[in-house]
Amino acid sequence: MRTIRFLLQKEFKQIFRNKIILAMILVMPAVQLIILPLAADYEIKNINIAVIDNDRSPYSQRLITTITASGYFRLTGVNSSYDEAFGLIEQDEADLLLEIPAAFEKRLIRENENTLFIAVNAINGVKANLGAAYLATILKMYNNDLRLELVPSSNRIGSQPVIEVASSNWFNILMNYRVFMVPGILAILVTMIGGFLSALNIVKEKEVGTIEQINVTPIRKHHFILGKLIPFWVLGNIVFTIGLLISWLIYGIVPLGSLLVLYGFVAVYLLSVLGLGLLVSTICETQQQAMFIMFFFMMIFILLGGLFTSTDSMPEWARFISRLNPVSYLIDVMRMVILKGSGFSDVLHHLIVVAMFALVLNTWAILNYKKTS
Amino acid sequence: MKQFITFLKKEFAHVLRDRKTLLILFGMPVAQILIFGFALTNEVKNANIVVVDYAKDESSQKLLAKIEASQYFEIEKMVISADQIEKAFQEGVIKLALVIPSNFASDLAHQNHAQVQVIADASDPNTANTLTNYISSIVLDYQQELTTNAGIPYRIMPETRMLYNPQLKGVYNFVPGVMALVLMLVCVMMTAVSIVREKEMGTMEILLVSPFKPLMVVVSKAIPYLLLSLINVAVILLLSVFVLDLPILGNIFLLFAESTLFIITCLTIGIFISVKTASQQVAMLISLMGMMLPTILFSGFMFPIENMPVALQVISNVVPAKWFYIIVKSIMIKGLGFSGIWKETLILAGMTLFLLVVSLKTFKIRLA
Repeated sequence: MRTIRFLLQKEFKQIFRNKIILAMILVMPAVQLIILPLAADYEIKNINIAVIDNDRSPYSQRLITTITASGYFRLTGVNSSYDEAFGLIEQDEADLLLEIPAAFEKRLIRENENTLFIAVNAINGVKANLGAAYLATILKMYNNDLRLELVPSSNRIGSQPVIEVASSNWFNILMNYRVFMVPGILAILVTMIGGFLSALNIVKEKEVGTIEQINVTPIRKHHFILGKLIPFWVLGNIVFTIGLLISWLIYGIVPLGSLLVLYGFVAVYLLSVLGLGLLVSTICETQQQAMFIMFFFMMIFILLGGLFTSTDSMPEWARFISRLNPVSYLIDVMRMVILKGSGFSDVLHHLIVVAMFALVLNTWAILNYKKTS
Repeated sequence: MKQFITFLKKEFAHVLRDRKTLLILFGMPVAQILIFGFALTNEVKNANIVVVDYAKDESSQKLLAKIEASQYFEIEKMVISADQIEKAFQEGVIKLALVIPSNFASDLAHQNHAQVQVIADASDPNTANTLTNYISSIVLDYQQELTTNAGIPYRIMPETRMLYNPQLKGVYNFVPGVMALVLMLVCVMMTAVSIVREKEMGTMEILLVSPFKPLMVVVSKAIPYLLLSLINVAVILLLSVFVLDLPILGNIFLLFAESTLFIITCLTIGIFISVKTASQQVAMLISLMGMMLPTILFSGFMFPIENMPVALQVISNVVPAKWFYIIVKSIMIKGLGFSGIWKETLILAGMTLFLLVVSLKTFKIRLA
């Protein structure tokens, strides 16, 4: 016990002496948590539309007004030729273009139907799909209005069967995307701080050569690892607390579930991430190596962790990897407890899995740390 | 010149000797392209939903069969009542609940108007929205089957064409993004760390007292990473053409020239960081923590920049990855020539020049 106390004293001194690192550990996550959720907004709005109006009739005018009045679209301009409008798409100034054919009004009346041409910049498939769907809905509305004027009797209520879908959105009635992103980003920040610092730590002693001095003392292997583990565990919890305060003060997000469950889970989770970091640290010889290997894992963990895209939509093999990914468990639990108020029994499964990770990784790190080279 | 070649040899030896780093250096782009190409998708598929069917009649069964047939939903085989839905959401087993009232069929038959209720777990608003839309369109589909659809007058039919990416595949968006991300992080991090490392270990002193110009010491550090990054670009492009079926429409030499420019920009950022910092850990924290999430978010390949608050849109202009992302998209997917991207090229070149001048001005030949 005494050995660990001395080791802890040493580690904390080293951390507090390096003012730049300490400031970065505490300030950088805070700044990122404030800014990044504002940027991560997936809602599609402000779609830029270019209209080629070859008809210039009252009907085409009215169609353009209907589209701009909907609020989803921003008219970049009425162009005279397809090539001109296509140029706007190439320059990324327009997302889609709508071509109204010549004699649109006349032919609609005479031939009872007419076609409009829509072209969508589909490099971002999701945005393209939604934009086209919005436009189709608006066209349908416009079409219905026209028909009602031309044939007042056509839309008698009750002549056709109607199934109404009444939808309600629980836990986030305003459908605020930030509420969803903040817990996820906080999870990533806590992971990155814990993972990188612990990965760099032992390897630094190796690179600078001070590890020899520790190796010749009677410090036991697990003492050494524990001495490295505990300071970063404390730091991780501090970063997490700062993050929770920021999400409360700036985004007004108060955890619905119990703080005890949240902290309990983060405590166990940090052990597993720190264990991974320490393991990497014992494998590598230089800080550069350690950082790169850690970075490789972090990248995969974050991308497959479900922060940006849902893990359910992934193919089977990717879902299998994400079950071995501690980050996806933290992101899950954070969202469950903070947004939905899930209790201890709801996250028990997650907790057990993460505890297993912690046990395996830390044991591995202790076994892998060799006092003699 | 002979001196320069000797220095280059030293730097290459440094890089090539470190097998673990080298492995990751080449493994990372491959892993990322594969993950983005095959695992990440913005579509919502296989979402677990529960159906609370109080009707249990022929109409509700037909509707359920239609929902089950779509690839978007996995109907959980469990029987719960309406007040257990919240519990199921909290356990995280379902994303959406569909409640069909007991008088569904009779309402439909007699009043021509029936209602179903959709409750979505909107803690993830995007998924909630998408799933609700899917259900609505399936219901609409079912409703149209009941309707006799003949002879609606004055129909306007939209004819929609998806440009560039007719199958709406995600990779079209992701490959340029991954290229920007990998190059940015690899170049910035590797140069910054390897220069600071010499400072930290004390070997910088030795290099600086040599007759070789201090500026050249730094330049020769950057060159191996320039070459490695170009190999990475080639690997990414090969993977995207042959594994992901994403063709390169534009000029491939132009693409490589622009990539070289972007790599140089990133290398100068790395040099800039190394000039300003004294320890490897600080350099790493800045180039990693400080660069990774902002690059992912502000380059525009994950989240549309035009949705961000104006202040952040302004900030995004400072992120070089954003401009490179636009360039790669324009060349690879739209097949534009230099005339379509000269503005972005100019911005990148300007950034590089600025950073280079600032780093050179503040580069200290004497160590503290």
